Amino acid sequence: MRRRLSRFAAATAIHATLLALAVASLVPLAWMVSASFMPQGEATAFPPALVPSRPTLDNYVDLFARLKFGRALANSILFAATVTAISLLLNTLAGYALAKLRFRRRERIFDGLVAALVLPSQVAMLPLFLMLRALGFINTAWGVVLPGMASLFGIFLVRQYALSLPDELLDAARVDGASEFRIYRSIVLPLCRPILVSLGIFTFLGSWNDFLWPLIVLSDERRQTLPVALANLLGEHALDIELMMAGAVLTVLPVLVLFLAFQRYYIEGITLGSVKE
Amino acid sequence: MRSERRTGEARAAFWMLLPALSLIAVFFVLPILASFLLSLTDFDLYALASPRNARFVGLANYVRLAEDPTFWKALRNTFLFVLAGGPASVAVALGAALLVNARVTRFKTLFRTAFFAPVVTTMVAVATVWRFLYHPRVGLFNRALDLVGLAPIDWLGDPRWALLSICLLAVWKNFGYQAILFVAGLQAIPESLYEAARIEGAGPWQQFRHITLPSLAPTFLFVAVTTSIGYFQLFSEPYVMTPDGGPLGSTLSVAFLMYREGFRWWNLGYGAAIAFALFAVILIATRLQLQLFGRRA
Repeated sequence: MRRRLSRFAAATAIHATLLALAVASLVPLAWMVSASFMPQGEATAFPPALVPSRPTLDNYVDLFARLKFGRALANSILFAATVTAISLLLNTLAGYALAKLRFRRRERIFDGLVAALVLPSQVAMLPLFLMLRALGFINTAWGVVLPGMASLFGIFLVRQYALSLPDELLDAARVDGASEFRIYRSIVLPLCRPILVSLGIFTFLGSWNDFLWPLIVLSDERRQTLPVALANLLGEHALDIELMMAGAVLTVLPVLVLFLAFQRYYIEGITLGSVKE
Repeated sequence: MRSERRTGEARAAFWMLLPALSLIAVFFVLPILASFLLSLTDFDLYALASPRNARFVGLANYVRLAEDPTFWKALRNTFLFVLAGGPASVAVALGAALLVNARVTRFKTLFRTAFFAPVVTTMVAVATVWRFLYHPRVGLFNRALDLVGLAPIDWLGDPRWALLSICLLAVWKNFGYQAILFVAGLQAIPESLYEAARIEGAGPWQQFRHITLPSLAPTFLFVAVTTSIGYFQLFSEPYVMTPDGGPLGSTLSVAFLMYREGFRWWNLGYGAAIAFALFAVILIATRLQLQLFGRRA
């Protein structure tokens, strides 16, 4: 009896702690949504409101009509989708080759790529800026897209997954006379679908959320992505909290929805990327 | 026949690797090497107009760096952020993972989703939100303090609190990601180990100490290395929340300083020296962690 009681107490304590953590995780996001529907000044009144007294879409209308956030939204979608599509293709080709094709120095190339995973991308930015400037890519889509078209992490992830593909299947296709690229297209890609979904979401989110590089490359207002537009808005309208929150919702909502829709793949991808071979 | 097939594979591998590897070489590896060369020049606004205005200055930028109090301040802030924010988020993550993974816990997916929501959000957007949560007069944090009868804190305006406030945001944003990794690590521990320990009379704490923690060593290593590499590159949070570098420069990070020198004042040579110093710090820190924890992992 006593034992059962203490187990009940433990279960209650565990759930209470988890609930507190979950609330702490969600309250800032909930407040962001709530404040975005408040009329101007309500979030800064004293005492400030927690829910809008009369919900309004004014802030969103303002964002699209006056502040041209529709353009930033379109840029963000375009850049992230392009980077995702191209990098999926190039990373799967390289990852599969490193996992399954037999050639000299394969392991050495792979080891080199893994070692390069620790290189911080910020170190590359100043010369990269000069390079893209010389090529005339500053303030163009290319400036954002080019450096993201292949990634070490993507190659690594695909390689880890492709290791589990059965060699017999690939060899059987070779005996039947299929070319290597044919095998890649009709056997490897379909079998790698789960990791393609994971990697696709990673890449899209990473590209969408990226801030420092688009900030550097896209000074032209018409090319800016949502995070850059939001940061600029903060510089000009820092006192208009409700408007800022609407901008934050617009920036965060697409990635949150994407995550909720593909949660399983996303989390499987994370754990696969961390597992040592 | 067989060797013919092998050369076919090698040829295909070459073409499959070529696009990705050349992009990485040109847009990632080459710029990192070039950043060292750039740091040996006085490349500035005039050189931006015409590269011929740049001169080779040897290690002058590094000498200037060593004598620049702002750099030391930024380095100190960055280390404080890594050393306080890193362990704090790992600790919260491990706690959350243990609780989510406990046998009695229900609604596991729901909790996991809640913890993970901040991870996928855009840093700039949530830093904007938190900047207002930290508002000294109307922010939620000070209202909560007021409710329990504590004096308000000037979160982002007080040099003693500003960096800590950024650490708190980082914990909130990142612990869900690390928790997922810990849960995966926990699930990989064979149940038979715990059974054997229980038969020998080990209590919950002993099981945790002698089975759970040692089995999680590889996960710890991975989490520690990736977290610190990420935290050393701290930029968006101070850029959004304290655009001027915070009270008394207390939130100025090395990456923020590099951005300011390189892209706002166009001192690209000096900025590259800052970037390369950060690179060296990250490499040494990673090396240290691999040596300290790698043996046990």
